[in-house]
Amino acid sequence: MLPMTASDETALVAGIRRGDPEAFETLVRTYGGRLTAVARRILQDEDQAREAVQDAFVSAYRSRQQFQGNSTLATWLHRIVVNAALQRIRSARRRHEEPIEDLLPRFLPDGHHVDHFTAWTEPPDEQLSRQETAELVRAAIDRLPEAYRTVLLLRDIEELSGQETAELLHITPNAVKIRLHRARLALRTLIAPHFEGAPA
Amino acid sequence: MTCREASDFLLEFTSGELDAVVCAEFDGHLERCPNCLQFVVQYRATIAAGRAAFSDPDADAATQLPPDVVRAILASIAKGKDG
Repeated sequence: MLPMTASDETALVAGIRRGDPEAFETLVRTYGGRLTAVARRILQDEDQAREAVQDAFVSAYRSRQQFQGNSTLATWLHRIVVNAALQRIRSARRRHEEPIEDLLPRFLPDGHHVDHFTAWTEPPDEQLSRQETAELVRAAIDRLPEAYRTVLLLRDIEELSGQETAELLHITPNAVKIRLHRARLALRTLIAPHFEGAPA
Repeated sequence: MTCREASDFLLEFTSGELDAVVCAEFDGHLERCPNCLQFVVQYRATIAAGRAAFSDPDADAATQLPPDVVRAILASIAKGKDG
């Protein structure tokens, strides 16, 4: 798919604001794929992801007059699809979750770490060319309790700001910060056994 | 600063948001504590690993909505035009 030029986007926005069906079809065909990838990351389910994308485009159509052009179409749609995916998570049945506390670092009464950390064999992101390593990290992220997994995805993967994440999740920016930190700590605990044990 | 306190400040430290005085204390703790230094390295590597695990822009760009999904979306929009 060729990138959209600024003038293409201006024309498309004008068409969308007029409610032109052809402009909307172009919007769906241009952005549908990448929005599905975003929804898939959050929902981990292809059918759910497609339904979230459908919800997102309907929502975008309804709120098309509110698009002021302060952001790009891609950014506007990204936020809408993240919101649609989060709404699906909120209404979904809760799965069994292990308490985040079990995955956080442990400390002795004097404040020292209980555990001794050994160097990882190779930075995991350098190993990620290997498909199985990427899958391992994704599976570890999926094991995080939902409230933490969502914040980690929105902040570290989707690269939303703390403020944007807080607004989407209806929590305070400070709560976002705390959850993000705990999610990263828990993720480290989960992936560490796979990267430890470098032969001397 | 203890290891526990260093762990609490890790997010701000790695994102460069730590107050200068606390940052100096944090650096001092890392100089004295190789275990925490290793922990910081792993914390950063974890963030990078999460990003790398999902960063496949080619796959994202190649993702296409199947024609039936495109039709369903356009039909939903047409149906909800008054909404």
